[in-house]
Amino acid sequence: MGTIFFLILFPLVVAFVLLVVKADAARGVIVKLAALVIAAASIYLAVQYFQGGDRYFDFSNENVNYVLMVIEVCLAVYIVITGIKHKKYLASVFAIIQTPVMVWFELTEGHHIEVAHNLYYDRLSVIMVLIIGIIGSLITVYALGYMKDFQHHHAGEKDRRPWFFFVMFLFLGAMFGLVMSNNLTWVYFFWEITSLCSFFLIGYTKTGEATNNAFRALIMNLLGGMGFATAILILGFVYQTLELSTMITYGMMYSGIMAIPAAFLAFAGITKAAQMPFNSWLLGAMVAPTPTSALLHSSTMVKAGVFLIIKLAPCLGMGNFAGLMTMTVGGVTFLMASFAAISQSNAKKVLAYSTIANLGLIVTCGGIGTAGAVWAGIMLIIFHAITKSLLFLCVGTAEHNIGSRNIEDMDGLFGRMPRLAAFMMIGIAGMFLAPFGMLISKWASMTAFVDSGNLILVGIICFGSAATAFYWTKWLGKLSAIVAGTENIQQNVHKEEWFVHATLVVLTIVACLAFPLISSTTLVPYLEGVFGGLSSMALSADNMIIMVVMVAVVLLLVAFFFGKTKKKIVPIYMSGVNEGDNLQFHGSMDKPVSASLRNWHMEKYFGEIKMNVIGCVITSAVIIIGLGLMIGSLVAIMTGGAA
Amino acid sequence: MSYVTKSPWVIHYDGSSCNGCDIEVLACLTPMYDVERFGIINTGNPKHADVFLVTGSVNEQNKEVVKQIYSQMPEPKVVVAIGICANNGGIFKECYNILGGVDTVIPVDVYVPGCAARPEAIIDGVVKGLGVLQEKRNAMDGNTAAPAPAEKEEA
Amino acid sequence: MIKIIIFVVAYLVLAPLVGGFLAGIDRIISARMQGRVGPPVLQPFYDVFKLREKEAITVNKVQDFYVTCFFIFVLVTGCFFFAGGDLLLVIFTLTLASVFLIVAAFSSNSPYSQVGAERELLQMLAYEPMVLLTAIGFYIYTGSFEVRQILSGDAMAFLPLIGVFFGFIFILTIKFRKSPFDLSMSHHAHQELVKGLVTEFSGKTMALIEVAHWYENIFLLGFVFLFFANGTIWGTVIGVVVCLAAYFLEVLIDNCFARMKWQVALNSAWIVALVLGMINLFIVYLV
Repeated sequence: MGTIFFLILFPLVVAFVLLVVKADAARGVIVKLAALVIAAASIYLAVQYFQGGDRYFDFSNENVNYVLMVIEVCLAVYIVITGIKHKKYLASVFAIIQTPVMVWFELTEGHHIEVAHNLYYDRLSVIMVLIIGIIGSLITVYALGYMKDFQHHHAGEKDRRPWFFFVMFLFLGAMFGLVMSNNLTWVYFFWEITSLCSFFLIGYTKTGEATNNAFRALIMNLLGGMGFATAILILGFVYQTLELSTMITYGMMYSGIMAIPAAFLAFAGITKAAQMPFNSWLLGAMVAPTPTSALLHSSTMVKAGVFLIIKLAPCLGMGNFAGLMTMTVGGVTFLMASFAAISQSNAKKVLAYSTIANLGLIVTCGGIGTAGAVWAGIMLIIFHAITKSLLFLCVGTAEHNIGSRNIEDMDGLFGRMPRLAAFMMIGIAGMFLAPFGMLISKWASMTAFVDSGNLILVGIICFGSAATAFYWTKWLGKLSAIVAGTENIQQNVHKEEWFVHATLVVLTIVACLAFPLISSTTLVPYLEGVFGGLSSMALSADNMIIMVVMVAVVLLLVAFFFGKTKKKIVPIYMSGVNEGDNLQFHGSMDKPVSASLRNWHMEKYFGEIKMNVIGCVITSAVIIIGLGLMIGSLVAIMTGGAA
Repeated sequence: MSYVTKSPWVIHYDGSSCNGCDIEVLACLTPMYDVERFGIINTGNPKHADVFLVTGSVNEQNKEVVKQIYSQMPEPKVVVAIGICANNGGIFKECYNILGGVDTVIPVDVYVPGCAARPEAIIDGVVKGLGVLQEKRNAMDGNTAAPAPAEKEEA
Repeated sequence: MIKIIIFVVAYLVLAPLVGGFLAGIDRIISARMQGRVGPPVLQPFYDVFKLREKEAITVNKVQDFYVTCFFIFVLVTGCFFFAGGDLLLVIFTLTLASVFLIVAAFSSNSPYSQVGAERELLQMLAYEPMVLLTAIGFYIYTGSFEVRQILSGDAMAFLPLIGVFFGFIFILTIKFRKSPFDLSMSHHAHQELVKGLVTEFSGKTMALIEVAHWYENIFLLGFVFLFFANGTIWGTVIGVVVCLAAYFLEVLIDNCFARMKWQVALNSAWIVALVLGMINLFIVYLV
């Protein structure tokens, strides 16, 4: 239990120290040390776990609840005031509704409900802790160099970096709390903290656009928070429990009954995981500095949403409306976001849509709620966290060095920043290509979808993965193009950034090579614990070994043969009028004309707005119907119970 | 025997001309003459081609193009100049911007005369070129010296 | 185990021979359809041997690496298939191979190559859903993705999966690079993209691509065969006959159509996948 407290409180302490420290050098040292300690502590927790197994901690202290409540009220007051100040009344309204209700509930009903275990860890939390602890802290280290450049680019503005690092570490602490709390009121507390943290991080630059987008994120997440609060109220009043573990145990036995609170929790998860129709907040978050995007997309925030849904998976499934609602929203989001990514040329936007799509897939897996689907979902979480943070940070570095985040401007990055391009290519390959990470999970989820019998989802994943391959490969192609006459400019990149990139690349490769081990030591036991008995896995052991061997083969091929050729290098074919430099051709006006190559975005087919409208309409309808049905059956239970 | 002669892929370029020979070259591909019988394919890409068929004469505008296409063909390669314009400039010879036949810019291996050159003559020229192709292939292995560009002879 | 090794070795040795032979027959049939005599049946082999004798040139240092990887993974795909492996694994490996080829074309930064590469990507986008649905169709019908399990079933998958079958034949036109969907590269001369995807590949590299395509074609015909295999000799005979008929059909289609716009390729392939593929799956699932 000590380690859990340390993981929650230590980032908090660091956060306050960083708020006070103004000097660059001191901040650098503190952040690096703190990142090291957090990563070490999360690994220590994992080690501790594998010695002891699942642990639930009976930590009951009334005062903690009161402290949390007071903080919650303070935050609510803050939200109400800023909401009014910026004329974003919806945020204030949401805060005014949910906080008093929660306080009232805790003071009256919640008071009497016995919570046996407030904190816990099991294999899923350990995985999450490792992701947050390692990738999250790597991102903070990366942020050191990046924010220095950022401040340099925005020279005239006030240096708010202490605040930035304060929020980042606070975020990490809250995430640790979120994944290891068993008491739902505590989960709710940390949930709201992460919403607020993302609000601060997105609004960091304080431009009009940033503030707007920050409020959008806040409003959507507060809406999700309302769903969360509703679920807690229902659980408390109707089922007399506030424990996640109890809820899941009940859910396994009577999934029909637990579907009602599960639906509201899943709704909260859907908002946080930026599923349609709430995807716009994650896209809006792109205005923030890159480390923010990386943090939000890979290890924290959105992962909190999918974590909750995966955790709830036993209460969902094909058999109840909560499950159907979740999987449909996830599936539609996956398809539409994958299509929308095709039409984008802004690298960060492509990454954002790909995040939304992948989260959609995870949400779908959680919604299906079979052992195989959850296996795929957890694998997706792991691989996505590593690969996506790598890609975001690479794009951030590229942006600062080539002055653009447009994929079209990354033409021939292989010549200009060979190492960065190689890292990005590894990241992209990891996102969609056999035999690397994400594809393994996509494979497993495809099998799980077929097994679940939901053929619409099967169709969705078939079309969605075709689209996925399309937009990644065209980016890969842009990076790999060898453009003549480019100059190597990668010496300007900060040491910290290289360190973080390299670590993430190593992690990506290690994860690809070690995933059968992760599966057998962590995922399978977890699933056996949750779903009972030996559950059939989506991927057979043979296939996993084949995948690992293929990764090794690709790596060896690259290591031994890449770029080694003795052939004569000749100019490219340009209809016989190549000027000789491969960049220009001799035009009809007897003058050199430069040839420029651009990617294909198929705006007419996969236009962003069109995809968003279609996706949002369908998912909104599904959510309204789903939650409506749940409220209906709740009323039926209540009145039936009274009679 | 080398396989270069069994699968000669051609690329075709038309310089300053009346397009007569140009059309006759394409006529070779039609069912009437069907040069694919000899494995000949019209590629349109110098990097895949073995035989360079040039019709028309060379002028100031296209001399670089002819040179570049020739230089982008991988060895072994032969050049067949088709029609009188490609051989020595033909009726355009005295024009202000004409350099003359194809051999003013690149080495020519076979000359096919005619105005326009008949498809039979063109096919015969290409087949003659195959012999040169074979010699050049052997020269690449270092067995024999490379053949000198042809003296003007009628195909 | 020994049986698997025999199958894999047989594939590695025989596929290029049969594939090349089929390519030769294709050219003769096409010629006859156009009223020509056509080349000798061994012409594709002559072409490949000729390409191997050409001067070694390349436009950059990495392109050959990508093409070699393409070749290796096309072979690996076929090996997985003929070893009786998982159909999804087979499909994903094939995607990996195609991506290597596309990246090879992109890496040259040549206008024609790049347009060809983008079109190849479009073709992937068009056929991928139907290929995946085919594998899933087999899974729903036979209960396994494993080729060896599908083969050991004693019912012919053709009739229950008839929609999937025709859907697969449809996208075979794209996979075989036949008109009307030979957008990214074409065997016909003088197309608007020179030679699209393969513009910058020459000599040995080009030969490698040709041989890889023979391997790929045989593996695709293996997919067609899978619809008929039921363990009996009749199933095998019918399977082989239908494979040949499908190949002939593709040649016929090739000669009857001009190249169409990319929109047609994408729309038609997706509509076919949705209508023939999905509806067939629903029916098989319900029955």
